[in-house]
Amino acid sequence: MPSLKDLRNRIASVKATQKITKAMQMVAAAKLRRAQDAAEAARPYSQRMGAVLANVAQTLGDGDDAPKLMVGTGKDDTHLLLVCTAERGLCGGFNSSIARLAREHARKLLADGKTVKIITVGKKGYDILRRDLGSHVIDRVDLREVKNLAFSDANSIGKKVIDLFDDGEFDVCTLFYSEFRSVISQIPTAQQLIPAQAEGAEAQTAGDAIYEYEPDAGTILSDLIPRNISVQVFRALLENAASEQGARMSAMDNATRNAGEMIDKLTMSYNRQRQAQITKELIEIISGAEAL
Amino acid sequence: MADAFKFELVSPERLLVSEDVLEVVVPGQEGYFTVLSRHAPVMATLQPGVVEVKNAAGNMERYCVFGGFIDIVPDSCTLLAESAVNVKDIDAADVAQRIQHAREDLADAKGDEAVTKAQMYLDQLTTLQAAVIPA
Repeated sequence: MPSLKDLRNRIASVKATQKITKAMQMVAAAKLRRAQDAAEAARPYSQRMGAVLANVAQTLGDGDDAPKLMVGTGKDDTHLLLVCTAERGLCGGFNSSIARLAREHARKLLADGKTVKIITVGKKGYDILRRDLGSHVIDRVDLREVKNLAFSDANSIGKKVIDLFDDGEFDVCTLFYSEFRSVISQIPTAQQLIPAQAEGAEAQTAGDAIYEYEPDAGTILSDLIPRNISVQVFRALLENAASEQGARMSAMDNATRNAGEMIDKLTMSYNRQRQAQITKELIEIISGAEAL
Repeated sequence: MADAFKFELVSPERLLVSEDVLEVVVPGQEGYFTVLSRHAPVMATLQPGVVEVKNAAGNMERYCVFGGFIDIVPDSCTLLAESAVNVKDIDAADVAQRIQHAREDLADAKGDEAVTKAQMYLDQLTTLQAAVIPA
């Protein structure tokens, strides 16, 4: 049975923890709003990009001059997994659910006898995947220094991926991130990046008129596709940022509530014990007085 | 009086302009050109430069874009900029930094084509700097 003093200390420490989790929850809520705004602001660009790309691709068709990034290398041997996670923990199952999805994917590929290469974005993903897939990790990107995610951050990741592709380091690239649905629901998602999958984006019809290209269509497409990859990465990172804050908010909300319950329980047993002690002391005094 | 058409200027970070405009002047890869209503469908890449937008009320806004491309159909026009900022809010240090990066890229570039490309980009940036930053 813990002493009164022990209980008092315990209550004080749980209260301190509760304050911290409460503060983290509020910080996450504020950051979430900003992250959500950023994600929403970025949406028009990726949508328009999808539409434009669909337009150009439609015009060019599947000719031989279609860029490799679009149609793939024709092989399916080496897979690159681009796993985007958070830099920080304490956000519930956010990081581990992305990592789990990536790991299952990697296992399946390995079982099929394919080669798997992994690039992790964010420290946590590396920490988790290092345990059993450490030898497959070829690179990791650290965004800890980045306060406000800018397009240039995503662009440098996109360039890295394209350089590897040009060097023939892989055939298929899949992006792993967590899609933001709501504060309580984030869905780990795998998206194939290279070769680009035809998206559902409806090609904007320019009547039956034929597009003029300046410079030619091939040049534009070869400019457009790398940029599209960066845009997809950017979108994934923004979705991830919003998801992370959402996950952290609900995780910290739970933690705060648990701490509250714990304080109630501890206070209850503290009061009981105090009352028991008072009663005991009274009995001692009374029985002492009666003995006289 | 020219008809108005829909113009959108989008950068990866946000939607900058979405309104009805009378004319837009854009820095195409092969020179500046003006887009009016009922323009033939064109898809063009852009070089770093200044975009001039004249909206339906006749006000002129100028935006600095750092590369991108434009998708023109007869009744609307979408400019996807790699990065864009209103000329009023331009930050000299930011432009200087971009030029610095371009110089480094030029130094790192291998092969004639890459060198030419990097050099061209650097030149365009310096022209832009001269144009938008008050000396």
